[in-house]
Amino acid sequence: MAYDSFNILKSTAVPLPIENVDTDQIIPARFLKATERVGFGDNLFRDWRYNADNTPKADFVLNDPTYRGKILVGGKNFGSGSSREHAAWAIYDYGFRCVISSFFADIFRGNCLNIGVLPVQVSAEFLERIFAEIYANPDTELEVNLPEQTVTLLATGEKESFEINSYKKGNMTNGFDDIDYLLSMKSDIEEFSKTLPL
Amino acid sequence: MSKTLFDKVWDAHVVRKIEGGPDVLFIDRHLIHEVTSPVAFLGLRNRGIRVLYPERTFATADHNTPTINQDKPVQDPLSANQLKALEENTKAYGIRHWGLGHYKNGIVHVIGPENGITQPGATIVCGDSHTSTHGAFGAIAFGIGTSEVEMVLSTQCIMQPKPKKMRITINGTLGKGVLPKDVALFIIAKLTTSGATGYFVEYAGNVFEQMSMEGRMTVCNLSIEMGARGGMIAPDQTTFDYIEGREFSPKGADWDKAMAYWKTLKTDDDAVFDKELVFDGSEIEPMITYGTNPGMGIGITSDIPDAEQVEGGKATYEKSLGYMGFHEGEAMVGKKIDYVFVGSCTNGRIEDFRAFASLVKGKRKADDVTVWLVPGSHVVEEQIRKEGILDILTEAGFTLRQPGCSACLAMNDDKIPAGKYAVSTSNRNFEGRQGPGARTLLASPLVAAAAAVTGKVTDPRTLIQ
Repeated sequence: MAYDSFNILKSTAVPLPIENVDTDQIIPARFLKATERVGFGDNLFRDWRYNADNTPKADFVLNDPTYRGKILVGGKNFGSGSSREHAAWAIYDYGFRCVISSFFADIFRGNCLNIGVLPVQVSAEFLERIFAEIYANPDTELEVNLPEQTVTLLATGEKESFEINSYKKGNMTNGFDDIDYLLSMKSDIEEFSKTLPL
Repeated sequence: MSKTLFDKVWDAHVVRKIEGGPDVLFIDRHLIHEVTSPVAFLGLRNRGIRVLYPERTFATADHNTPTINQDKPVQDPLSANQLKALEENTKAYGIRHWGLGHYKNGIVHVIGPENGITQPGATIVCGDSHTSTHGAFGAIAFGIGTSEVEMVLSTQCIMQPKPKKMRITINGTLGKGVLPKDVALFIIAKLTTSGATGYFVEYAGNVFEQMSMEGRMTVCNLSIEMGARGGMIAPDQTTFDYIEGREFSPKGADWDKAMAYWKTLKTDDDAVFDKELVFDGSEIEPMITYGTNPGMGIGITSDIPDAEQVEGGKATYEKSLGYMGFHEGEAMVGKKIDYVFVGSCTNGRIEDFRAFASLVKGKRKADDVTVWLVPGSHVVEEQIRKEGILDILTEAGFTLRQPGCSACLAMNDDKIPAGKYAVSTSNRNFEGRQGPGARTLLASPLVAAAAAVTGKVTDPRTLIQ
């Protein structure tokens, strides 16, 4: 189904400077039992965010009112492990529209793009700068500009460009999804299926 | 132009290339299960569209199913609801469904090959990252998200940029007690969990050529744990012998036609890879992990490395060891174990139970260890009985559970309690993977067997002849 379009996002950001954040951390398997896409944000980072008795862990960033915003900034190799799209749903449902990291796992990156969360890969150096700025001033704003493919620290003007293929960029800026595209070429697919080697 | 095995299979399935974008890839076989499919079916319903080729999709229930009392109603209402949704959805859309209780039920990546659904040269996807398993047959197989499950159901295609190509060659002789799982954990430790991200891997060399199909499946299964979308091995006589005669394998003239095609599926001599890695098989020891990702593995007789010796940030490393309750420089051998789990799409096949049984034969289960032995399918379970393995296990004090994903991801009741240590033949040692607070040590079925009879991390080579 089509999702909200994404053009320019200006927001404060939430820092999570941990490497190899896997999708089991983003949403543990025991919260994958729904048959509809609702409520996953409540369990985003469940076991880092809550104690076993469901009381919030004060030292986890999502429980710290100092940090908030629509951008999540994670350490290197964000989203590794399980292919569960629920991880991307949880991030979206919680209110994030963009994840910034210096490296993303493939399936997670694809899942984000398919549901309207923009994964933005920056250099390790720029990622460090972003973390440093957020920690120095939690109210600092970032601008993620998809048409220009740039991310900017607004306080200092430091800017870096990021990659996204033009097809996916078009989808994100227009709020289209792949299924719309594939359905439009159904007769080509049916013809192609007759030419398979086996 | 010279092509790799991967190129040959990928290129044969490209319906359309989008300028500056992904390829539209035709999918031959689609496997679904109860957890990642319901929202995809909801999408079909919302759009009012049908499944394009229902005969190309196969459904099983495995992720949240219980591994005891499968003949009784599922107790957890949420799990029961997902199982019911799968049953109703597959019925409504005319998809073959081997649900809980069906004699063909089992873990999706075990039953695909078992039934001849997995074939060389095919494109295979499933809403599960360990779909890479099927690459063992020379198929392009990888995990997808639920949006993509909906794409495959509705159009039999997905949109993917073509990955880069990596070849990992291992020649040499594997040492005593070294299993395919050790080979895979060795590679992941060398590459780290992101070392193959962006690549599709081909495994080559005599170590893989000499492996059984079960062993090749274990290796390809773990490709995702180094970030690769998938891994594959060129089909050969071992592959063809495995496939022949299975329910969905080609028969008669179709078999001859398939064989003629399958024999072309190998990398041309002068084909070029984006990256080539070569390792010596004789260097590989039985492996074990000590941290919270599958790249944190070492030879079982090694000590836990210092932070300076590993790639990545010190804070992340310390967080990981802190979770495990381990310290830099400690030996793994001798660490006390509370649980042993043998099963999963990584090591839940007949060969894994043969290996486990070969070590525990004539010994006794350690008293203070809880052992969960979970076959990957009913077919594996049946084979365990037929081959007399169950008698060996029973004699040694073990019991067998019923098939499913079980404690690998602990969606059902098979959860390792907080703080407890488990030697597991599964694929992920992430924080909380086997239950909130659970501490997982990934290893081969032989290392699991050694832990099961000694109650601690033990080098299996000290227990086998």
